[in-house]
Amino acid sequence: MLAKFSYRRPASIQEATAAASRTEARILAGGTDLLGCLRDGVFQASRLVSINGIKELKGIRPRAGGGLRIGALTTLTEIAGNQQILDSYPVLAQAAAAVGSPQLRNQGTLGGNLCQRPRCWYFRGDFHCLRKGGETCFAAAGQNQLHAILGGYECFMVHPSDTAPALVALDAKVSVAGRRGTRQMPLASFFVLPKASLVKENVLEPGDVVAEVLLEAPPSGTRGAYRKVRERGSFDFALAGAAIVLAMAEGKVRTARVVLSGVAPVPWRSAEAEQALVGKQLDAATAGVAAAAAVKAAVPLGENGYKVPLVRGILEETLIALAV
Amino acid sequence: MKAMEVRLNVNGEAKQWTIAPGDLLLDVLRREGYFGVKRGCEAGECGACTVLLDGKPINSCLMFAAQAEGADVLTIEGVAHGSTLHPLQEAFLDHGAVQCGFCTPAMILNAKALLDRKPHPSEEEVREALAGTYCRCTGFRKPVEAVLAAAGAKR
Repeated sequence: MLAKFSYRRPASIQEATAAASRTEARILAGGTDLLGCLRDGVFQASRLVSINGIKELKGIRPRAGGGLRIGALTTLTEIAGNQQILDSYPVLAQAAAAVGSPQLRNQGTLGGNLCQRPRCWYFRGDFHCLRKGGETCFAAAGQNQLHAILGGYECFMVHPSDTAPALVALDAKVSVAGRRGTRQMPLASFFVLPKASLVKENVLEPGDVVAEVLLEAPPSGTRGAYRKVRERGSFDFALAGAAIVLAMAEGKVRTARVVLSGVAPVPWRSAEAEQALVGKQLDAATAGVAAAAAVKAAVPLGENGYKVPLVRGILEETLIALAV
Repeated sequence: MKAMEVRLNVNGEAKQWTIAPGDLLLDVLRREGYFGVKRGCEAGECGACTVLLDGKPINSCLMFAAQAEGADVLTIEGVAHGSTLHPLQEAFLDHGAVQCGFCTPAMILNAKALLDRKPHPSEEEVREALAGTYCRCTGFRKPVEAVLAAAGAKR
């Protein structure tokens, strides 16, 4: 049906990284994004490396000393319904539940959700755009109502993941297996802005496999939420969204992490909103100040100015809901 | 592109098929005669190609057949028992929840996965379970009523 490629089913991470190191090799997990990219000609593959037989990449396990390890092959349905995640990391459960349709959540994996390619219609369509190695961002002066208002630079894609902002808000780490062993990094530094690379959304090199995501035990007084606004009620990518994790102490915000989705080429951490929250009583006035701060640096394109008030509204509503 | 073998259970029967690595589960199922698996958008948006894989709804247009190795696949052809319809199928007929019929296999499989997991769902849970499959005829009201009625009938 699709163009010709070979299909490997390695049994270990080491075999997978070796098999995936070849040019035009692609990792296959759930496949929901990969199939669309291959079908739309976003990229080609000469070899698919299915990691679905690698047991270490599956499941949700407690960490010694608290926290969780979530294997990259854990499906979004599993994350959305996991009792420990619902109890301790509601922002992540809500984000996973907000992804796609029930079918897509049954197929899609956490690793795949972090590594999915942009949904920009020029990138997905027959346009040799900057992100495909071309010389033009067609969205910059074209149809850009779904594009970035923050962090754009020559390319104005938005990062499509819902789980990524939630995990960045939780200060999660990601473990990446590669040919030279395994390395860990904060998930926030996994993603790269167009200024750093116009053709990559993350730091992965050929042969790298996202192995697992690591969460610390939440400090006491932590609360969080993920809010996503989409064009359709049933399922869609985010027009805009926000993952918020607050640690409260004596009625005041002790620490805050505010990460926006759908408005920037990476999960966009708003230091401005966080600064406006820390040390304050969480009320409508604080929420309004923080929401305004988050979009102060926004630079809308021709058709996406609506995202500025949308982000403000999302932040105000979600912060006020978290105050109760 | 070397041919490969895939072994799986379809509607309770063990199958072994020769496939190409790029074959979609949708195409292989239809090639093997399971025409209740519908080809719709082929992009994961319409859900007409839904089958149950190990009891869970998936879009067979977004899965390689090779990924179904060792899995239990249920298509609409395996839902009735002989000439006895499944209560969901009866309920869809009774409630006029079938119009053009193109989404009906997927709707019933989505609903079956929900009721197998949660026999007495709320209306909201039914709506969420059907959200990944487009129906352009009924406006979803009758399918939702049919699923709730089938759940009630099971009590």
